[in-house]
Amino acid sequence: MAEVTYLEALRQGLWEEMERDERVFILGEDVGAYGGAFKVTDGFLGRFGEERVIDTPISEAAIVGAAAGAAHMGLRPVAEMQFIDFISCAYDMLTNYVATARYRAGLPTPMVVRGPGGGYVRGGPFHSQNPEAAFLHTPGLKIVCPATARDAKGLIKSAIRDDDPVLYFEHKYLYRRIKEDLPEGEEILTPIGKARLAHEGTDLTIVTWSAMVFKALEAAEKLAQEDGLSVEVLDLRTLLPMDDEAIMASIRKTNRVLVAHEDTRTGGVAGEIIARINDQAFEWLDAPVKRVAAHDVPLPYAPTLEDFVLPQTDDLVRAARWLAAY
Amino acid sequence: MASTAAPSAVPATLPHGLSREQLHELYYFMCLTRSLEARLVNLYRQTKVIGGLFRSLGQEADSVGSAYALDRTLGDFLSPLIRNLGSMLVQGATPVEILRQYMAKADSPTRGRELNIHYGDLDRGFLGQISHLGDMVPVMAGVTLSFKMRKQARVGLVYVGDGAMSTGTFHEGINFAAVQRLPLVIICENNGYSYSTPTHKQSAVKQLVDKAPAYGIPGIRADGNDVLEVYGVTKPAVERARAGGGCTLIELVTYRRKGHAEHDNQSYVPKDELAAWAKKDPIDRYRGRLQETGWATEGELAAIDARIHDELDRAVALTENEPLPVADSALDGVLADPPRAPLEWYRRLDG
Repeated sequence: MAEVTYLEALRQGLWEEMERDERVFILGEDVGAYGGAFKVTDGFLGRFGEERVIDTPISEAAIVGAAAGAAHMGLRPVAEMQFIDFISCAYDMLTNYVATARYRAGLPTPMVVRGPGGGYVRGGPFHSQNPEAAFLHTPGLKIVCPATARDAKGLIKSAIRDDDPVLYFEHKYLYRRIKEDLPEGEEILTPIGKARLAHEGTDLTIVTWSAMVFKALEAAEKLAQEDGLSVEVLDLRTLLPMDDEAIMASIRKTNRVLVAHEDTRTGGVAGEIIARINDQAFEWLDAPVKRVAAHDVPLPYAPTLEDFVLPQTDDLVRAARWLAAY
Repeated sequence: MASTAAPSAVPATLPHGLSREQLHELYYFMCLTRSLEARLVNLYRQTKVIGGLFRSLGQEADSVGSAYALDRTLGDFLSPLIRNLGSMLVQGATPVEILRQYMAKADSPTRGRELNIHYGDLDRGFLGQISHLGDMVPVMAGVTLSFKMRKQARVGLVYVGDGAMSTGTFHEGINFAAVQRLPLVIICENNGYSYSTPTHKQSAVKQLVDKAPAYGIPGIRADGNDVLEVYGVTKPAVERARAGGGCTLIELVTYRRKGHAEHDNQSYVPKDELAAWAKKDPIDRYRGRLQETGWATEGELAAIDARIHDELDRAVALTENEPLPVADSALDGVLADPPRAPLEWYRRLDG
C-alpha cells in the first residue's frame, strides 16, 4: 500500500490509461513541458511525447472540438480545462456538437473533458466555479465528480474507457489535502453511475458529492457526538446518470434527507435531486427535503466573504438539527 | 445520341492532369446537384419536404471542384456546410439518402433525427454538420490531428462561408490547425450573403483570403464559378497538406442565387446583381467549355443529363412514400450506455 494524494491518484489513473491504450492522448493549455497548472500531467511529455501530450493555444472550444473530431476517428482524447471555470467557453461545442453527435449522426465520441473546479481556495469568481448544473440539463453527456483519491483514480480510468463523452470535475481543494492508501498494482475502476455510501446512519441522510462529502462527514461526526444523531452520508460520485436507487434506498432507511452542494442554490443540481425524491420516495419522507447550497451570488474573493457565501460544516449541522427535529 | 455541336478539330490539352472521364464526372456531379435540388423544390411544394430547403444554385462548381480534389482511395475526409450538397455527392452521398433526409424518413441516414444534408458517414469520409457555424473547423482539426498522430497520408477539407468566418470557433479551429500544421484545407465559400447580411458587413477585410496571413498559412483566391479553376487551386493545397505542409485557406468567390432557404424571397438583393450572376452560371460555363475544347461531345453531355434524370426518377419513386420513423424510436441512442432514454411517467398512465 502507498499513501497517495487525490491529485496523485488522478495522475496515476491518467498515466496507467496512457500506458495501457495508445489511443489515449491529452490536450490542453500548458499540459506539456509545464505539466499542467496543477501538475496533473507532470512528467507525461517526457514519457509519452508531444504527439500524445499536446500543448494548445488558449482555445477551449478548439480543444473540445478537436477532441471530438479525434474521438470520432477512434482515438480516446482527454481534454484539460486549466480551470473548470473556462469550460463555459466550450459550452456550445459540448452541448450542441459533442452531446448530440451519437444521437443525430451516430458518431462515436468517447472523450473526457476534465479540470479543477470548486471553491474554499480564495480563487474568486473565475477560479472557483462548479459547473455541473450547466451540463446536467444536456442529454448525451455523463458527469462524474470524485471526492476520494480512490475514486479520483477509478473514475478517470472508467471515464477514459467509457464510450460516451464524460465530464470529469475534480476539486482543487482536495488535490493535496486528501490522502489515501491505494494498493499498488490493483486496477481501480470506479463504475460510472454508482453512488458510494461514505458513512452509514439511520436518522437522516446527507446526499452530496465532491468536496462537500468531507464537510458532511465532519457534520455527521459532530452530530453523533453532540446530538447522538446517526447521519448517513451518500457520495453520489456520478451526477449523470444519477444513481436514483442509492438515494431512495437511503431515504427508505432514514426518512429524512438533506441535499448539499457547493454550487449556488437556484437551478442547482439539488433541485433535480429533490424532484426525483418527490417522484420516487414521497411516501417515505417524515420531513420536507431541504437543501444546503451556496448563496446566490458570484463567488467573492475575500476570505470573510467566501466563507460566508459557501456552505460550511456548521451550516450542515444546523440544517441537520432542524431536519431531525421536524 | 448524335453529336450536334461542332467541336474543334483537335481537342485542347486536358487540364490539371484530369482525364476525359473525370471531366465528364465533374459535369455529372454539378448537374446531379442542381437537378436533385430541383426535385426537392417540387417535393417541398408538395409539403413532402418537412423542414426548410437550402439551395446551392449557382454554387455547384465550388462544391464539386473542391471535393473532387480529395483522394477517396486514400481516405480523405470532408466536412460540408449547408450549400455543399455537391461536395457530399462527390464524396459518395446518394440522392436516395438526401431525399430521405429532407423528407424525414425512417430509413434516412439519421433516422429522422436531423434535417436536410446534416448527416455523415465515417466510412465514406464526410461528417454531419451542425447549425452552429464555425464549429466544424475545430472538429476537423481533431479529425486531421488523428491523421497526423497515426502518420496516415490523409487530408481533411472543411467548408466555411463568409458568415462562418466571423465566429469564434472558426478562429480557434483554424489557429489550432495552423499551429499544429495539420493536413487541413479550409475552403471559404464566399457567396456574398449570410442570410440577408452582405459580406462587407461580416468583415472589414477587402477579401476574406486576407485573413490567411494572420494564421501564418497560405491563402488563395479563385473564381468559385469555374469548376476547373476550383479544382486547380484545391488540388495543390490538398497535396501540400498530404506532404506535411500544413493548412491552406482558399476563398472561392461565388454567388448565392436563391434566398437563404426556400422561404426567403431575397427582397434585400438588387435585381441587376442576380441577373449579372445568372450570366456567370457555373454549369452553363462548364458545358460550353467542354464543347468548345472538344473534351465532350453534345451526345456525351446529353447522355449524362439523361442518366441523371433517370437516376432521380428512380430515387424519388423509391423514397417519396416511405414511412416516417416509429415515434418511440426517438428514445434510442442518446448514449452508448444506457442505449435508451426512459419513457416519461405520464406516458405510462392508463387512459
